[in-house]
Amino acid sequence: MSDDAFADVPREPGAAKPEPILVADSVRRSFGGLTAVDVQHLEVQRNSITALIGPNGAGKTTFFNLLTGFDSPDSGEWAFNGTSMNGVSPYKAARKGMVRTFQLTKSLTRMSVMENMRLGATGQTGEKLWVAPFKFLWKTQEDAVTTRAEGLLARFKLDHMRDEFGGSLSGGQRKLLEMARALMVEPEMVMLDEPMAGVNPALKQSLLEHVKGLKDEGRTVLFVEHDMDMVHEIADWVVVMAEGQIIAEGPPSFIGANQAVIDAYLGAHQNTDLGV
Amino acid sequence: MSQTISNGLFGAIGVTAIAYCLAAIGLNVHFGYTGLLNFGQAGFALVGGYAVAMPVMNWQWSIWATIPVVIIASSIFALLLGIPTLRLRSDYLAIVTIAAAEILRLLVSTPKLVHVTGATDGINSFTNDIQNTIPGFLKGKSVPLWEKQISDYEMWVMILGWFLVVLFSVGVWSLMRSPWGRVLRSIREDEDAARSLGKNVFAYKMTSLVLGGVIGGFGGAILVIGQRNASPGSFQTQFTFLTYAIIVLGGVGKVKGPIVGAMIFWFMINVSDNLLADWTDGSGFQLPTWVMDSSNFSFFRWILVGTGLVLLVIFRPQGIFGDKREQAFDVR
Amino acid sequence: MSMSDGSAAVETRPNVIDVKELVGGYTSDVNILNGCNLTVAPGEFVGIIGPNGAGKSTLLKAVLGLLKIRSGAVYLHGEEITGTKAHELVGRGVGFVPQTRNVFPSLTVRENLEMGCYLKPSMFHERYEVVCEMFPKLKTRASQSASALSGGERQMVAMGRALMLNPSVLLLDEPSAGLSPMLQDEVFINCRHINAAGVAILMVEQNARRCLQVADRGYVLDQGRNAYTGSGRELLADPNVIGLYLGTLARTTGG
Repeated sequence: MSDDAFADVPREPGAAKPEPILVADSVRRSFGGLTAVDVQHLEVQRNSITALIGPNGAGKTTFFNLLTGFDSPDSGEWAFNGTSMNGVSPYKAARKGMVRTFQLTKSLTRMSVMENMRLGATGQTGEKLWVAPFKFLWKTQEDAVTTRAEGLLARFKLDHMRDEFGGSLSGGQRKLLEMARALMVEPEMVMLDEPMAGVNPALKQSLLEHVKGLKDEGRTVLFVEHDMDMVHEIADWVVVMAEGQIIAEGPPSFIGANQAVIDAYLGAHQNTDLGV
Repeated sequence: MSQTISNGLFGAIGVTAIAYCLAAIGLNVHFGYTGLLNFGQAGFALVGGYAVAMPVMNWQWSIWATIPVVIIASSIFALLLGIPTLRLRSDYLAIVTIAAAEILRLLVSTPKLVHVTGATDGINSFTNDIQNTIPGFLKGKSVPLWEKQISDYEMWVMILGWFLVVLFSVGVWSLMRSPWGRVLRSIREDEDAARSLGKNVFAYKMTSLVLGGVIGGFGGAILVIGQRNASPGSFQTQFTFLTYAIIVLGGVGKVKGPIVGAMIFWFMINVSDNLLADWTDGSGFQLPTWVMDSSNFSFFRWILVGTGLVLLVIFRPQGIFGDKREQAFDVR
Repeated sequence: MSMSDGSAAVETRPNVIDVKELVGGYTSDVNILNGCNLTVAPGEFVGIIGPNGAGKSTLLKAVLGLLKIRSGAVYLHGEEITGTKAHELVGRGVGFVPQTRNVFPSLTVRENLEMGCYLKPSMFHERYEVVCEMFPKLKTRASQSASALSGGERQMVAMGRALMLNPSVLLLDEPSAGLSPMLQDEVFINCRHINAAGVAILMVEQNARRCLQVADRGYVLDQGRNAYTGSGRELLADPNVIGLYLGTLARTTGG
């Protein structure tokens, strides 16, 4: 599934994009002797759906952490919408429009699903200390937030769990909540870390429509995934990481046939039936 | 027996219970709602107590003028504790708060500072303003509580104290049901999740530490006013741990928890104190002296309390008002 | 009862696992399982798929006695084991590979395998050779700390460890979760090898397509009940199952 925006983009690591929303340069992060991330150059195209794939330990989650301020790099710089994000703390990065989900879901265990969702809304006056004690000052906004949350929960088929504690959800349901909650923030760029892991195939399909819808809403999506069906279905562009570096970039069809990627990640049995 | 019950009831609503109740409301904000491991609530109470006593003794202030001093002093203490530690793992706050509370206590005990703090004997004559403002309907009277008589001064302090309990409880309740309270609880569950949703976690933790600390400060203030004495002996680490026992008893993270927890706790302490005294004083039913005698019975009530707490945690860990379902989650 | 001279048994052997009308859950007020039935014949490869929250992992845990069973029964080789503690079942030939935290990170690969033989240490040397023949990588990495391994290698250690007591059935909870496509395929191929060696397999999976490709029979669980049952191939071709559970995304028959 290719986008016109990518028509002239060369299929090589670090390729420049026509309208990048995120540009990263020489980002390095080592743990002890191990180089976890070593990205020379990466540009993410605005209003597109970009997949970040690669073996476990390739540095994808670490890279996410660096971009969103949850970790500091040893060196390098990156800019979001032209603004430098070096040293920007995670909550500020989120407010600037870069919202990420976590590979190991962070459902707020002892809070209800609906409370999890309400938390995501931005600009809540009720979150200010001096406004908070006076319910009449924030009630209207809270109701609007609740309505929006209900709509999202319905789309993710979690509405029947709205009053259940986050801790009582199954693994896949927590993934769904994680994504729905992130969308409450109305981010400009949504960074999803394995959003579909543990989500059953039929529901995945309907969720993919929702992710495509994010693009229609003008948002940019960067997601990490192992599900190649999903990647082929919705990604406009694929970036492949291995051992901390970007080893390939291109549209899904190109990546699926790329030998280096097959050797490092996809394996030779991609299109065979394992039962025979 | 009725004497014992009366003493028990008095314990439940008296100044000590009120002071611990306020400290518990504050600690509930820290630990119950935000998940902050504050092990120095005794320090906040000490700050509050001395913030009342010192200006009156040293500079002849009106006691009512010390109210802002309690607030400001507690806030400063909270900032001093929080700024270095709240960006770090929760264990650091725990360590720093235990140490800070002890440092404060030793500081006010220092003989060198006796003219400012009263050292180990503390400060005594600072409560005249309270005495003088006892309302007409109470003045000179003694209020009966079954078989116990409460002096007008104590009654007045109790009224003031319970007013503060209601004031702060309503305040906490209104905050915690709001979006602000929701952010606090999300921090308790998972800080990084809150950050990823754009919440300034450090600011919320700091605010929580200040709020809970100020309420704890007022707890100390009531204690010293009620006892008519501000001395370091009232604010040992035991104070903090009893406050924890009270919020666990009442139910962590629930508004009514500290109130009921404090009342039941002090009722039981006083009742067991009375009973054990009665059973070792040489007349009536007596315990065999090898079990307990009049010189050591006062330690036994703590053993009883400790055992009671262990049983509580085993059989009803959610406390009185807690939600069993919440307790069932292994929050890791 | 098998015949000791190796000739085919005339009478049918009891199922390795029977689950009858199982009702249960994690807390006292909510049931996740609402009457499940399942059988695993000796040497069979059985897969369990279904939507999120359907109770797949819960069913495995119920078989292992890890949660409250309110009604129904579980049988192992025809003997009732309902609610029997997990450590006893391991001694009776049930191997389990949990989804998370399934290796001891501070121990080496070899030590992890030793832990698998904890109940019968005398079996270790023989079983070590057998398991390493199935997974040669375990021997080459024998002295490496398990925490240094990649996700796929850890999965292999977890499976190897569960095999150390020569179980008659291996229970796996989403073994392919979080692995790259290449490693996922390896997991399924490895499971086929294990099954070919005579170990029955009961596998809960989200990668329904791959699971049904390699399984002899499958169960589709929904809301704690059996929804569909059949051979792996039947389920893969069933339009209802495809529509409700498999999705139509796959461009090919591959994962």
